[in-house]
Amino acid sequence: MSAPFRTDAGGQIDRRKSLSFSFDGRTFQGVEGDTLASALLANGVHLMGRSFKYHRPRGVLGAGSEEPNALVSVRRDKARFTPNLRATQVELYEGLVAQSQNRWPNLNFDMGAVTSLLSPFIPAGFYYKTFMWPRKAWDHLYEPAIRAAAGLGSAPTEADPDLYLNRFAHCEVLVIGAGPAGLAAALAASTSGGRVMLVDEQAQFGGTLLAATDALIDGKPAQVWLDETLATLAANPKVTMICRANAFGYFAHNMIGITERLSEHQAHPQAGAPRERLWQVRAREVVLATGAIERPLVFPDNDRPGVLLADAARIYLNRYGVKPGKRVVVATGHDEAYRAALDMHWAGVEIAAIVDARPNPRGPLVDAAKAAGLEVKQGHAITGTMGELRVKGAYIAPIVAAGQVGNTETLTCDAVLMSGGFTPSVHLFSQSRGKVVWDETLETYLPGQSAEAERSAGACRGKFGLAQALADGFAAGADAARHDVTQTFSVEAVEGDPKGVVGALPHNRGNGAKAFIDWQNDVTTKDLKLAVREGFQSIEHIKRYTTTGMATDQGKTSNLNALGVISDALHRPIPQIGLTTFRMPYTPVTFGVLAGMARGDLFDPIRTTPIHDWAVEQGAVFEDVSLWKRARFFPQAREDMEAAVRRECLSVRKGCGIFDASTLGKIEVVGPDAAEFMNRIYINAWTKLGVGKCRYGILCREDGFVADDGVVGRIAHDRFHVTTTTGGAARVLGMMEDYLQTEWPELNVWLTSTTEQWAVIALQGPKARTILEGLVEGIDLTPEALSHMSLIEGKICGVPTRLFRVSFSGELGFEINVPAEHGRRTWEAIWAAGQPHALTPYGTETMHVLRAEKGFIIVGQETDGTATPDDVGLTWAVGKAKPDFVGKRSLARPAMADPARKQLVGLLTQDPTVVLDEGAQIIVTRGQTPPMTLMGHVTSSYHSAVMGRSIALAMVSGGRARMGETLYVPMPEGDIAVTVTAPVFYDPEGARVNG
Amino acid sequence: MADLMSNAPSMARHVLRGRLEALTAAKGALGFALPREACRSASLNDTHALWLGPDEWLLLSVPEAGLGDRLEAAMAPHPHSLVEVSDRQIGLLVAGPEAEAVLSVGCPLDLDQAAFPIGMCTRTVLSKAEIVLWRTGAQTFHLEVWRSFSAYLRAFLTASAVVPVAD
Repeated sequence: MSAPFRTDAGGQIDRRKSLSFSFDGRTFQGVEGDTLASALLANGVHLMGRSFKYHRPRGVLGAGSEEPNALVSVRRDKARFTPNLRATQVELYEGLVAQSQNRWPNLNFDMGAVTSLLSPFIPAGFYYKTFMWPRKAWDHLYEPAIRAAAGLGSAPTEADPDLYLNRFAHCEVLVIGAGPAGLAAALAASTSGGRVMLVDEQAQFGGTLLAATDALIDGKPAQVWLDETLATLAANPKVTMICRANAFGYFAHNMIGITERLSEHQAHPQAGAPRERLWQVRAREVVLATGAIERPLVFPDNDRPGVLLADAARIYLNRYGVKPGKRVVVATGHDEAYRAALDMHWAGVEIAAIVDARPNPRGPLVDAAKAAGLEVKQGHAITGTMGELRVKGAYIAPIVAAGQVGNTETLTCDAVLMSGGFTPSVHLFSQSRGKVVWDETLETYLPGQSAEAERSAGACRGKFGLAQALADGFAAGADAARHDVTQTFSVEAVEGDPKGVVGALPHNRGNGAKAFIDWQNDVTTKDLKLAVREGFQSIEHIKRYTTTGMATDQGKTSNLNALGVISDALHRPIPQIGLTTFRMPYTPVTFGVLAGMARGDLFDPIRTTPIHDWAVEQGAVFEDVSLWKRARFFPQAREDMEAAVRRECLSVRKGCGIFDASTLGKIEVVGPDAAEFMNRIYINAWTKLGVGKCRYGILCREDGFVADDGVVGRIAHDRFHVTTTTGGAARVLGMMEDYLQTEWPELNVWLTSTTEQWAVIALQGPKARTILEGLVEGIDLTPEALSHMSLIEGKICGVPTRLFRVSFSGELGFEINVPAEHGRRTWEAIWAAGQPHALTPYGTETMHVLRAEKGFIIVGQETDGTATPDDVGLTWAVGKAKPDFVGKRSLARPAMADPARKQLVGLLTQDPTVVLDEGAQIIVTRGQTPPMTLMGHVTSSYHSAVMGRSIALAMVSGGRARMGETLYVPMPEGDIAVTVTAPVFYDPEGARVNG
Repeated sequence: MADLMSNAPSMARHVLRGRLEALTAAKGALGFALPREACRSASLNDTHALWLGPDEWLLLSVPEAGLGDRLEAAMAPHPHSLVEVSDRQIGLLVAGPEAEAVLSVGCPLDLDQAAFPIGMCTRTVLSKAEIVLWRTGAQTFHLEVWRSFSAYLRAFLTASAVVPVAD
């Protein structure tokens, strides 16, 4: 199939390389260098989408990232389906498969278009007004129906198979935008010797230079200068150039987020080739050279396919060799449209007329058009278009007075090129918290005071002409690089008047006419005027009420026109209406690139202990405890967790169990003031703890609530081996460092994390000593030498050890610390020695049951950040004679001694087979209905094998005074009666630890 | 990748913290003065001292060479803390022309030699793992990472280097 609208020569395309692609199932031919939009236009296809609300047929409006209409989905395979891509940015490749969106069953005949017939009934704020009542209908009727009708494109259903990269980068000067200003800025900055980065969203660098025809730079055609400049920059090792790069976000302190498309444009990306890369660039200075976006004219039916922006049409012609039509009407309020008209004219496109809303346009471009014999209808407005799926003609009429037009004239055409002027792209500047200021002359917002180390250059700050943009860019680049360099190249270009028109053109088409402001969200002048009539005055409110500027394009083509219409309706100048805040992303970014490599096994570090692999080999089932993998239980044969835990618990109680406690946090507190520091930070008293002795320490926050706990051993007079909870290790060390550095810098004591220095093997059960005896050297394990809560240093299996005699199970127990490198070998030696004694490996679940049988709390399970030491029965641990400790003052508050505080108790269900739900609430009388009077909650609940029944721990208001009382746990099936007991269920005298 | 990443030789590791007198006294055992400039290292033969904080150094030395005992002896009269952490962490070497770029996949610091010269060291992150990063040559970095994070770190570095990172 030939492409009827392709020119014979010229442009940045390779006509010899034909590319076959499909759009909505139809096969077309494009060429190398095309975008999907240019290739479709070359085939005479303007209709590329349906609008969001009214499902009106829409053609392509622009040629770049501002495109609001031509949103397409590109499908590579089942998993690679990307919706909402702008056809203007989709680079063509052989075999590309694209689909239009927002239509059913097809683009030419869309059932959804009935909403267009209903449009008189769905004005701005329709949803707010209509679906108010009844409230219940929201859940089942309104919301599902609205959600089904709304939304852009559809999400892929398969997991994303692609690879996304990340890169942190630093440079002295980051230039965003590689049009004339950006290139000149990079060129100037590159002479400084500093690192320069130049990024551009397009596939090619050059911006408007890529479509330039007659300009001369340094005496050469613009594109020759462009090629030479790019070669100069590329040859400089200090310059990094990235195309296909969307600078989407401006973060604090000159951190710029940029996504780079790496393989999306390739027909056959290499297997495993990354799709995109996120660049996080920290720049000393930033040059924003983001250009300007052409403004549509606002007139009735300005959204007909075939109506497009004049400069976009010029880009299609000059860069892609594509004519927008055979006979076009050029409607304008700005000089640049004359340049487009002239280029069209020379390319053989018939110009029906140039319809200029300005009464008396003048200047070299206007003169050139007239000299070329083009008909100029000055002081005329375009008042509408004819056609359905493609524009067939335009209505024009003379403007006779403010807001009024005279007799209508009809022009036949197959395309309308329009221009209201150019709006500087201040998006990134605004994101950087720079303040924009209204420029009376240009009638637009320009960058004002900077908040970051950045400057704007070129069209994005209203320096529109080529010569001006290049000079401005060069100066900005030199300034950003803090380098004194002078521009040497000259520029010859025909420049027009930079001022355009803002707001709606007058027309005589009546109240039913739809003049679109925001193409993507289907917002018309009528909607904005209605919002004003209904009392909205602030742009922030009008925006949210009408949704103008709130589509995925963030109003790139619509914001200023919306302000113009609102300004007219409110009879107030634009600067008094304000401007909405621009937010990232500048154009949409994929979730994939933000997730980057953090997926699958790299989602988060998976921390494993030195004994982990052994547990894997034994078939352990693991659970996540913070970032750690911990063995939860070791099922044998086809045991489920309940059976395994029952067996493991009994093995510990009757023989011996072995448990990997390596994940416990460990902190070495060293220095002459170590005991003093411990006195201040923990609630316990430490001064009298002898060397070689251990104590259960409790840490409170300043508010007096329990923050962490763990056994602390005194290794030497000036050295403590502190253990913390697994999840609390980093937090506790941070808290200690904080106090030490900010409150007690005078103390001669220092902290070092030793969590991972030691592998910790817990051996618990009556046989523990027997198993260990043959393995230790220089260690006397007898109860006389090593009593409960003491420690000794020596050797085990030839490896130095800190051997603690401690118990979290209530049985005779040891915790053997060995250097991590020797963890597994030591474990296996103990394992072998334990075989004659039926040594059993157990996991965290059994550990939890064993400690619950003994009433030992777990911080974070019994405590919830509002429990004092007394609440959980640890008053005995408080060093009452100490002058101070963290939390002491808070614990002295009267409320902390309120007898009604929740206190730790045990609960026994009256039916011993019932295991309560953890988190279940507790009430005093049975049969209550909500709202109930809740007295507490269940914190831990298990079946206890050794007790032959269920047990539970709970926090109950005034619990210690309720021993023996019957309380109830209300559940959907009915109240469960429980008896309040002491929290220690097994071996209440504590005889077994002394075994 | 095998060339890019390798294991550092086995090392003894100590964390030294303390007051000025102790730090000054440490010189006798080390054979060189502890670096006092932020984020800088000092070395003599196979003994290295990495500045990690105003009162904190990571000391790397040959295993079994007795550096810990010598230091304790030298600093005994002065307040200090010397804690052996040989097994707490492992050393990884990342070397080659791509080293800087591969590390920049996950490390937010400026690793250009002008900003991160040879001998510079600092605690930082590589993606989601805390590391000590130490530049030992123009194209050579020594990473210290806590043991349980090492599998993640190796996997991340391997993934980072799968595709050419330099364009």
